[in-house]
Amino acid sequence: MKTNKLYFVSCFPAFLILISSSLANPVVIGSKKFTESYVLGEIAKRTLNDAGIPAEHRQGMGGTIILWQALRGAQIDAYPEYTGTIAEEILKDQQLHSAGAIRDALSKFGVGMTEPLGFNNTYALIMRRDRAQELGIRTITDLQKHPELKIGVTHEFLARQDGWQPLAARYRLSPQSVIGIDHALGYAALQNGSIDVKDAYSTDAKIAEYDLVVLEDDVGFFPKYEAVFLFRASMRKDAIAALRKLEGTLDEARMIQLNAEAERTKNYTRAANLYFRDDVESATSTGEPFSHKLARWTLRHLQLAGFSLLLAIVVGIPLGIFASRGGVVGHAILGFASIVQTIPSLALLALLVPLPFFGISARTAIAALFLYGLLPIVRNTASGLQDIPRSLRESAIALGLTPATRLWQIYLPMSSRSILSGIKTSAVINVGTATLAALIGAGGLGEPILSGLNLNDHVTILQGAIPAALLALIVQWSFDLLDRVLIPKGLRL
Amino acid sequence: MVGRSALVWRFLFQIVAGVADPGPESVRGTKMSALVQLIDVRKSYDGAPALHPTNLSIERGKTTVLIGPSGCGKSTLLRIIIGLIAPDSGTTDFEGSQITPANIDMLRRRIGYVIQEGGLFPHLTARANILLMARHLGKTDAEMHPRLSELCELTRFSENLLARYPLELSGGQRQRVSLMRALMLSPELLLLDEPLGALDPLVRASLQKDLKEIFGRLKQTALLVTHDLAEATYFGDAIVLMNEGRIVQQGSVADLRERPASDFVSEFINAQRSVALA
Repeated sequence: MKTNKLYFVSCFPAFLILISSSLANPVVIGSKKFTESYVLGEIAKRTLNDAGIPAEHRQGMGGTIILWQALRGAQIDAYPEYTGTIAEEILKDQQLHSAGAIRDALSKFGVGMTEPLGFNNTYALIMRRDRAQELGIRTITDLQKHPELKIGVTHEFLARQDGWQPLAARYRLSPQSVIGIDHALGYAALQNGSIDVKDAYSTDAKIAEYDLVVLEDDVGFFPKYEAVFLFRASMRKDAIAALRKLEGTLDEARMIQLNAEAERTKNYTRAANLYFRDDVESATSTGEPFSHKLARWTLRHLQLAGFSLLLAIVVGIPLGIFASRGGVVGHAILGFASIVQTIPSLALLALLVPLPFFGISARTAIAALFLYGLLPIVRNTASGLQDIPRSLRESAIALGLTPATRLWQIYLPMSSRSILSGIKTSAVINVGTATLAALIGAGGLGEPILSGLNLNDHVTILQGAIPAALLALIVQWSFDLLDRVLIPKGLRL
Repeated sequence: MVGRSALVWRFLFQIVAGVADPGPESVRGTKMSALVQLIDVRKSYDGAPALHPTNLSIERGKTTVLIGPSGCGKSTLLRIIIGLIAPDSGTTDFEGSQITPANIDMLRRRIGYVIQEGGLFPHLTARANILLMARHLGKTDAEMHPRLSELCELTRFSENLLARYPLELSGGQRQRVSLMRALMLSPELLLLDEPLGALDPLVRASLQKDLKEIFGRLKQTALLVTHDLAEATYFGDAIVLMNEGRIVQQGSVADLRERPASDFVSEFINAQRSVALA
């Protein structure tokens, strides 16, 4: 019957998912959300590919704990890490100094570690050269005399066990202002004087670029941060062997050069290729073309939004039917959906990440998007059903139609306009919110937006933002067209 | 929907628990020729009685007219028969067997129901509205085609208009479609709740004439609710006058006019007459 057209609503997002089939399991390299980690991730990917091992790189997934959890949860197979961070943040044991002791401790978690890659990227406090000279500050101890200096450090550094708090205690610093600020934005803040001191990594390309000085760690507070790769012990043997070829091949000077190249060209693949001493021409040609990247981001974006929308429809319409009947259950359903909607999307993602089933994965993003998509569908289904005039409900009953027939052939088709507009709202919300999925390494069009924010590079941001906005408009138009097919003609007069 | 089924279940419980009064044997015994019989049916809303214990018989082949001022309980009575309202107590018999939640869906297929605004489903064409129940019962459109043509002829509705949606039809046409839908399965009983109430006078007059002719041709047992005495007079083989939840008097219009049972009856008849004359 014509009235069963409502079934097709669910086929639309399903179609979006089907058109994007997933690849066979490649080795997944993760990286943290800063340039050096991106570059090391790219180097690892290229090394594996050169060894004939399929590999993909999930760029900038987050901070240490997120990457560590992703590794333990097998969502990634390897990622670049630093020995100091492993001891302080992951194993939480400051007595672990030798690589051997750390390796033993890690093996209990089923995680292996390469030998150091060859450079020490320790934390450092940095200032503008002119400001430091003006105040005569050369060492961290010198900061004691200047509590008026504004400190701006990354959120991770603020919370780390080898970060701001112990450092301030050790050096007896009591500055008047300490704020948390994104790493990339911190450089801009340093330049315009919003902050005076920030944390950095000793191989950071921007130190040279912005003419900054590293304050001497005169009491030797910071531990050694030798770069290594952590990998799952169960990772394929040839992949482990390939990663180990990187051991001892990268010194500080080389790393600063690669970091500088990455920041100058905004192209991590190109910077990574410098490591392999390719000439620039072939480096550009081996980078993934923009059209491929865009297709990959868009497809992933549609998968995330489409699958979560499908779930929201399948769950939301029955919930809406229950909610339309009012009573305690009905109010509870609408109340729950409304509360979920008020949780900030970033907070919802953060709440889901530590749960066992979720972690750092597309699953988490889909679950969060599903929860967001629920309310409009539930509410519109319920109100659409409630708006059916009593006389028409009674006519359906008086005819002798069974309850199921009344629902499928009379009530739902009569509410189709309202239900579809709820689905449309959810779809547009999901396409927009799916950009946040990149924060937990789930990919999509948020990936370039996040990289761009990290590099303070507007072009990269727009490479994600413009397609995401267009996608939302296209989804809106598609549903407007779908209205004509799915809403019975008699209701459109 | 939940509210309604809860009522129905409570109704069922009352019957099982024997709360419902089976009614005086004399009433049941003497009127076996009636198609529908209401025995001591009572209904109140939040303690306010809408229908005091009421007995009523609907005779086969006749048009019984329920008349009375707004809120007198006439619609409540009609809606109890089709099971849209469960009575607090009392029983309704259809062809001698009691209407229960278990058999109400079967009985509804033997009862046609027409309401003021037609009650047509806007997302279905006139044809789909008329054939809805037949299709639900698994009959093919080809099978039903002769019956549909017959109904169109009977109700003077052009077959060309069957493909239209309710919103593309006039008020009078909608009521003709609603009537066809009610008559589709040849119901033994036709319930009409102010079927002409929303129509302008000319359309109303022509539909009244057609309806009366249809009832005559089909020897249709019908229960018509109206507040218009002229309409009641025109249709009524038996007129049932109600007020404040009670049946005040039953009989022909002449009975009501010449032998009013109470002051209310005279008042009601005179008021309607003066309106008609004014």
